Amino acid sequence: MNDTQKQALAAYLIALGDDELILGHRDSEWAGHAPILEEDIAFANLALDEIGHAVVWYELASDATGENPETHPNHLAYFRDVHDFRCVQMVELPKGDWAYTIVRQYLFDVAERIRLTALAQSNYPPLAEAAGKIKGEELYHLRHSAAWVKRLGLGTAESNIRMQHALNELWALAHQLFMPLPGENDLTPDDIVPVSANLLPEWEAVVRTAFAEADLTPPAANTSPSRDRSVHTPYLIDLVTEMQKVARLDPDATW
Amino acid sequence: MLTRDAIWQALEDVPDPEIPMVSLVEMGIVRDVEIGDKTVTVTITPTFSGCPALQVMKDEIVERLKKEEGISDVTVETTYSPPWTTDWIAETARDKLKDFGITPPPRLDGTAVEIVLFEPVACPQCGSTNTSIKNNWGPTPCKTIHYCNSCNQPFESFKPL
Ligand SMILES: [Zn+2]
Repeated sequence: MNDTQKQALAAYLIALGDDELILGHRDSEWAGHAPILEEDIAFANLALDEIGHAVVWYELASDATGENPETHPNHLAYFRDVHDFRCVQMVELPKGDWAYTIVRQYLFDVAERIRLTALAQSNYPPLAEAAGKIKGEELYHLRHSAAWVKRLGLGTAESNIRMQHALNELWALAHQLFMPLPGENDLTPDDIVPVSANLLPEWEAVVRTAFAEADLTPPAANTSPSRDRSVHTPYLIDLVTEMQKVARLDPDATW
Repeated sequence: MLTRDAIWQALEDVPDPEIPMVSLVEMGIVRDVEIGDKTVTVTITPTFSGCPALQVMKDEIVERLKKEEGISDVTVETTYSPPWTTDWIAETARDKLKDFGITPPPRLDGTAVEIVLFEPVACPQCGSTNTSIKNNWGPTPCKTIHYCNSCNQPFESFKPL
């Protein structure tokens, strides 16, 4: 990889890490509030997994640009300006009701699994290895969110309506996951990362089948309101402020 | 004189922080030991990448090895390659997990986890396969929670990975 590609890869991995970190943070908000005790445990662990995956991506990004992989991930999470985050808007939004959380998690899990499958074939071995590792763990996320899609879609009239509302709100937003990531165009010619748009057909096929089996219908609108990962919703500011508050109160604290 | 065998032996004393009846060596977490001039480098691989116990493992390895004579510096490195798999859990550790009430993970031997997940999980208390899964996560991310319909007891199972 040349220097431009190293910078591009770092930008790409930080964006992937930001998706995981912010979604993980939203998932963690269910701790103590989930509809049943089992889900309290499940979502606390799911959040832990997502945040752990963010650390893996941030570490790889640090390696690519010669930053210290022990300390730089913490800097990225806790001391970066909110405007420098590159997550998709879908993960920023408040957790909503249980149906909203499940639909968001499911749309994200399927997209992630397809991207990780492609990244596991990367020409950059450290990236391929990390993707292979994370993919094995994400299987459990997908099994969980897919089961809930079916359970709520086919549950009661009320649960079906709530799922359909969530799907109506999230469907177009989820398409932002298939817009080019920062740095992507410098990396695809050498097969270091996949072309994001090429992952879309498989995702559509998988999620449409699952929603059909759960009596749910994706809406017609499928254009993401934003292409650009530097454009955020106001919700991200609140989330990042809260997330960074303790770390910034005493940056030199040892834990 | 420092030998690799002696270091591996010493590492047998370091328990897995979340499942303390088994050692990090038995769990397949310790991958390599290298000896330099009074220094030791231990390479470990995380089980689940979000595992919150990773730092504790590193600290405990350093603490244990510093007790060995002739070691002035211990470095612990992490690798993701090749990725950890539950197939690396030693037979001795599988027996200990079962005795502790945790069903050990099935051996994959190259079979995809997706396929193995269709197989019933046996109760560690009575051996019955008439069990149902209650949660994809347990007290730690690496375990699932099940219920045995034969002896009416809940139990945990280590996730195949
Ligand atoms: Zn039983």
